[in-house]
Amino acid sequence: MSDDNKEIDEVTGTDTTGHEWDGIKELNTPMPRWWIYTFIVCCIWGFAYQFLYPSWPLIDSYYEGYFAETQRDRVHAELASYNQIRNISADKIKSMDLAAIKNDHDLNIFALEGGKAAFGDNCAPCHGTGAQGFVGYPNLNDDDWIWGGSLDDIHTTINYGIRGVHEDTRINEMPAYLRDELLNKAEINDVVTYVESLADNSIHPAAGSSEIFADNCALCHGEDGKGLQELGAPDLTDAIKLYVTDRDSMIDIVSYSRGGVMPSWNGRLDEATIKSLAIYVHTLGGGE
Amino acid sequence: MAYQHNPPATSRLAQSIVASCLAIGIILAVLVAGKTTSGPMQFHAFIVIAAFLIGIVAIFNLGGRINDEKHEPSPSGVFYNNGVIKYGIIASMFWGVVGFTVGDVLAWELAFPVLNFDLPWTNFGRLRPLHTSAVIFAFGGNVLIVTSFYVVQRTCKARLAGEIAPWFVFWGYQLFIVLAATGYVLGVTQSKEYAEPEWYVDIWLTIVWVTYLCVFLGTLWRRKEPHIYVANWFYLAFIVTVAILHLINNAAVPISFVEPKSYIIYAGVQDALIQWWYGHNAVGFFLTAGFLGIMYYFVPKRAERPIYSYRLSIIHFWSLIFLYIWAGPHHLHYTALPDWAQTLGMTFSIMLWMPSWGGMINGLMTLSGAWDKLRTDPVLKMLVVSIAFYGMSTFEGPLMSIKAVNGLSHYTDWTIGHVHSGALGWVAYVSFGALYCMTPWLWDRKGLYSLKLVNVHFWISTVGILLYICAMWVSGIMQGLMWRAYTELGFLEYSFVETVASMQPYFIIRAVGGLMFIIGSLVMVYNIWRTILGHSAEEATPENIDNAIAAQALGE
Repeated sequence: MSDDNKEIDEVTGTDTTGHEWDGIKELNTPMPRWWIYTFIVCCIWGFAYQFLYPSWPLIDSYYEGYFAETQRDRVHAELASYNQIRNISADKIKSMDLAAIKNDHDLNIFALEGGKAAFGDNCAPCHGTGAQGFVGYPNLNDDDWIWGGSLDDIHTTINYGIRGVHEDTRINEMPAYLRDELLNKAEINDVVTYVESLADNSIHPAAGSSEIFADNCALCHGEDGKGLQELGAPDLTDAIKLYVTDRDSMIDIVSYSRGGVMPSWNGRLDEATIKSLAIYVHTLGGGE
Repeated sequence: MAYQHNPPATSRLAQSIVASCLAIGIILAVLVAGKTTSGPMQFHAFIVIAAFLIGIVAIFNLGGRINDEKHEPSPSGVFYNNGVIKYGIIASMFWGVVGFTVGDVLAWELAFPVLNFDLPWTNFGRLRPLHTSAVIFAFGGNVLIVTSFYVVQRTCKARLAGEIAPWFVFWGYQLFIVLAATGYVLGVTQSKEYAEPEWYVDIWLTIVWVTYLCVFLGTLWRRKEPHIYVANWFYLAFIVTVAILHLINNAAVPISFVEPKSYIIYAGVQDALIQWWYGHNAVGFFLTAGFLGIMYYFVPKRAERPIYSYRLSIIHFWSLIFLYIWAGPHHLHYTALPDWAQTLGMTFSIMLWMPSWGGMINGLMTLSGAWDKLRTDPVLKMLVVSIAFYGMSTFEGPLMSIKAVNGLSHYTDWTIGHVHSGALGWVAYVSFGALYCMTPWLWDRKGLYSLKLVNVHFWISTVGILLYICAMWVSGIMQGLMWRAYTELGFLEYSFVETVASMQPYFIIRAVGGLMFIIGSLVMVYNIWRTILGHSAEEATPENIDNAIAAQALGE
């Protein structure tokens, strides 16, 4: 440091270090006291924390800290406390049948709340947060049930799924009438008009189309087209549709079939949660 | 003291050696292009062949220009290398606008996911690394390289070491950016955050970076000043540490020398720790130390005041360097990382608070005696606000590293807001300030085209930043609280989907803030472009401060 170049800065009255780079000088101001003290306090706090909690690595272990407490212990304790609250009711739900749970005031509330939480994390991605459904994913708020809307039906559906992997899963597949050469295009066109006429009296189906319906569709959807829940065949006479958005989409379905998959939740969720879900879904609007 | 400065010259031998290296590179690239089964890698090989061919021509062209043209020394007798810096200013602005724009596209995609148009190249997963790399490495990297080239020459009173090397660093770095960016869009990634480029791009960056280090050290070595200025300490810390981080974090084994895919040599939690040791120190040494180097030169220069405290700069430099390197594990709180490592990461982050603030104090207090200039000089205003944002985000950082706070903030938008208050408020603003300073100095203009436009830029982007970070605070804290909300019966109160839906209004505010920031940067591009062309808006500024500073700098 060349002392010869030192000068006093006029504005601050502080002397400079005597260095200069491209016109930039440096003042010899001492470090702010509050800065040093805060730095020291932070360091003391840091080392104190390291003393109290697991901190420094050793050769084949680590310093466990004065409290010798780990975050794993803490999370286990927290989970245990929540489980303790939940398990009393959950155990009862496990052992009781659905109707009895629904009749028990406290358990019913518990099941509804648990069902809502489980629904949001597991069902909402397909059925929507309001259970309103999307094209291909049924609305659960209405009373139009494909596989049945009683408590037990809903429980079975959730438990084993639809076209799922469980051996007891609900399964039924609609034939692809065009791809499998069961009907030709003209016949499909006729039968679609016939299905439309079931819900709309102003539409007059072609002659012979009722026979095509009777021979091919009625077995599952019923002579009157009102569907059959035991087979998962939807009611074709109402305005609630799963896949149909217009006439073309209906022709497409008859030609190439449809069949969504709902997972089997058995094994993924525990029994009490599945029962809670069944009760929750049942109350959404259309439970039978 | 009068030093003897020689006009620049370069030898045939040096040109031939570099050209031969590029020729070897071309041969390797042809082999890769012929043998690889990967479309993107073949595409990259063609880019490399084209770039290296141009490079060979450019080397001899450059040699001719350096040896034949007459060079004018600066008033102090130094033959500064300004050409590469001018290119770097333009590249910085170009990549800045690209990076900001991709970021805002992502912000709109988050608010309205249909905007990705269901295309693989535009989905969030591929554009996100494009945004982060474009703003950090392309924009920030270019600003750091050119400001360091500018500052090290002025504060050492020496020309940049090497004639070909600085140009190689600049163009080699642009090639790295192009290879990285096109790779992301085409799906080439090693899936390490902020280190996504695959092994062959990493090797190229290593070559470029080591050359950069040599140029910087060589210039320091040639210096005609007895001491090394503090800005250069920070630049050197940045260059050296980034080299180490890059090499260690990217240690990988490629499945073949003609395929892009590789496997990182670390696994599981070790990999995560290395990754965040890298990630956090990229923040510490790239986005903090490097830009502090910018601050330490341009703030005193623009304010025409001495640095506040020499002692503070020494202590805060060394404590920052020593403590930053420990803080990485705070990115892995409440994960499989052992408790002891988390504790160290957190406690060192708290200790880091004051060392970070040392830079803020030194920057702000340098203004003492010059605060009145803020009224007339919007460039200085931008630099000062950048220091304020620096102070804010280096307080928020240690706060968020505390485990109890982190339990709420981690994985939420709060983190995104924190990063952007540092990135937009500090990194981008100090860069803008430096670019506004250097352009008239380098192109020998009396001042910027328009100081009013700098003011427009300042206000529109400051409002944009505030919209952005406030929206993210609200959205992030709300998100964190919703995640942890339990009902009385012990069930989670909100599903994940509900938390996402609640954030949409804030996503929109954030995207609007980002848009304002882009508009501001376009105003800057226009202003700087008119300055380069030598135009002036002929504004009557009260004390014509920009001209005064420009004239003072022209003296050098």
